[in-house]
Amino acid sequence: MSGWRCTGLTYRYPESSRPAVRDLSIDIPAGATTAVLGPNGSGKSTLLRLLLGVIRPSAGTVDFQDRPLATWGREALAREVGVVPQGEEAVFPMSVRDLVAMGRYPHLGAWRREGEADHRAVEDAMDRCDVRDLAARAVPTLSGGERQRARLARALAQEAPTLALDEPTAALDVAHEMAIFELLRDLAHAGRTVLLVTHNLNLAARYADRLVLLDGGRLAAEGTPAQVLTRETVERVYGWPVEIVGHPGPGPDTGAPQVVPLAGDPSIRATRPGEQGHAA
Amino acid sequence: MKPVLRLALLAAAALAAVVLAVRVGAVPLSTREVVDGVRGMGDPTTVAIVRELRLPRAILAALVGGSLAAGGAAFQALLRNPLAEPFILGVSGGAAVGAAMAIVLAGALATSGLVSASALVGAVAAIVFVMRVGTVVGRTLDTRVLLLAGVVAGAFFNACIMLVLTFARTESFRAAIFWMMGSFAGATWRSIGGLALAAVPALLILFALARPLNLLAIGEETAAYLGVRTERVKLLAYGTASLLTAASVAASGVIGFVGLVVPHVVRMLWGPDHRFLLPASVLLGATFVVLADALARTAAAPMELPIGVVTAFVGVPFFLWLLRRRGT
Repeated sequence: MSGWRCTGLTYRYPESSRPAVRDLSIDIPAGATTAVLGPNGSGKSTLLRLLLGVIRPSAGTVDFQDRPLATWGREALAREVGVVPQGEEAVFPMSVRDLVAMGRYPHLGAWRREGEADHRAVEDAMDRCDVRDLAARAVPTLSGGERQRARLARALAQEAPTLALDEPTAALDVAHEMAIFELLRDLAHAGRTVLLVTHNLNLAARYADRLVLLDGGRLAAEGTPAQVLTRETVERVYGWPVEIVGHPGPGPDTGAPQVVPLAGDPSIRATRPGEQGHAA
Repeated sequence: MKPVLRLALLAAAALAAVVLAVRVGAVPLSTREVVDGVRGMGDPTTVAIVRELRLPRAILAALVGGSLAAGGAAFQALLRNPLAEPFILGVSGGAAVGAAMAIVLAGALATSGLVSASALVGAVAAIVFVMRVGTVVGRTLDTRVLLLAGVVAGAFFNACIMLVLTFARTESFRAAIFWMMGSFAGATWRSIGGLALAAVPALLILFALARPLNLLAIGEETAAYLGVRTERVKLLAYGTASLLTAASVAASGVIGFVGLVVPHVVRMLWGPDHRFLLPASVLLGATFVVLADALARTAAAPMELPIGVVTAFVGVPFFLWLLRRRGT
């Protein structure tokens, strides 16, 4: 069974002249971790919103689990895909436990009462994301990292086989960022499909099985991290000189391609080995 | 305390407020006389005071207070704005234009029924207008556009009211102004029946939307990801809360601050869960307005203060305190 499959996917925001996503045909396999990469404004978040059905494509099709996305009801989709959206702020402060409990909505609907299974799902999700101790705290009093973990816990409480995350580690320090990526790896090993949008090329290279690199709304490259993160591709898409090195290890990521941005001065670039220098 | 128990206590408070409101007035009554009066026993004058004057008035006040408070809670979640209240989208303005036109144009022929009907037409016209403006491309209801459209429509209706009043004779002018300040003096069992016919189903629909509203208050996109059919919920909540407000305004004029303040009090005391917030707001709103009306009748007797003055005198200082609290 495939995760998502899109064909000729194009989307233009109503007030924009240029499509944010154009003619994308990609597969996002089930049971794997896929990272969507690309410069600012390359259409990453738009692609994610198209895949999640909150915006409708201007052209092209999206299938989820071999069924047109449009035929999925919101509740049915929410039982399959847990989402950690980018930035959200509740108008009225609520506790972490209440926020996580909202993940049970797709199983309860407007009427059904929470049962034992629902309470267990909420507690388990809080344990996995290490927010159990924060359960009674009001969400606005949390730090950025705690807040993000609470949102991830809400997505886990959905008990959906697929997780979609939009820049889950934006504005997090290195330890919190690593903790989230490690958690995603555990979830992937437990059989979940993970789809995430991120700016962190190096962590994507280490934690994702497949990368999808976008540029100006088009597909620039896709494949394994080694296939996508080549010097030529990264420099072309990001317009910045880089060097690709192997992760020094130790650990499971040893040898994964890591992108090292160089200084902007063209004379430095010219002195790289194998470069035909014409600088002074 | 369990939420159900809390609601039971709030219901008891609302009932006590109604009994108290029926007791006070030019002829003070004991609780015993009130109970006998309701059952039609004892002194015929007391029975008439209870059954024809004070009880319908207190019950109408309770219905209106409950409706406005629930409508306010729904608008605050729907517009994701803590300063939202039932009149924010121009419903009261539309109703006031309707009522003022009826009063000024019909003059002495303007019965309270005619004024109410005209207010209802104005309110519904305002709802339809604001909804059409707020419904942008496709069928999506953009709540930010809705808010702007409502505020602009409200300003326009104010201009209309001033225009109508400019051509009004003194007594019509007075009548229109008094209508806008709100009053339960015209309460009858008929007007209660009319309002209940609209308010009871509307409140039940809002209660049923409690969980989706909880999710909408976090964010529209998040709500969609968690399985809420956001467009349907928004349209239903907006339509229902607006009609609830329209029916209340048609019955008793524009009574401010109940819809703003009561949901905030409930949230501060017991949290933002709409499954509790909505019914608790109904009960607390009812209690507040019944007591405010009792005060309005008795504070400057034999003069009667406009109910809007009493709710605002209590509501404004509270609201300022709330703003300061939010600032810190």
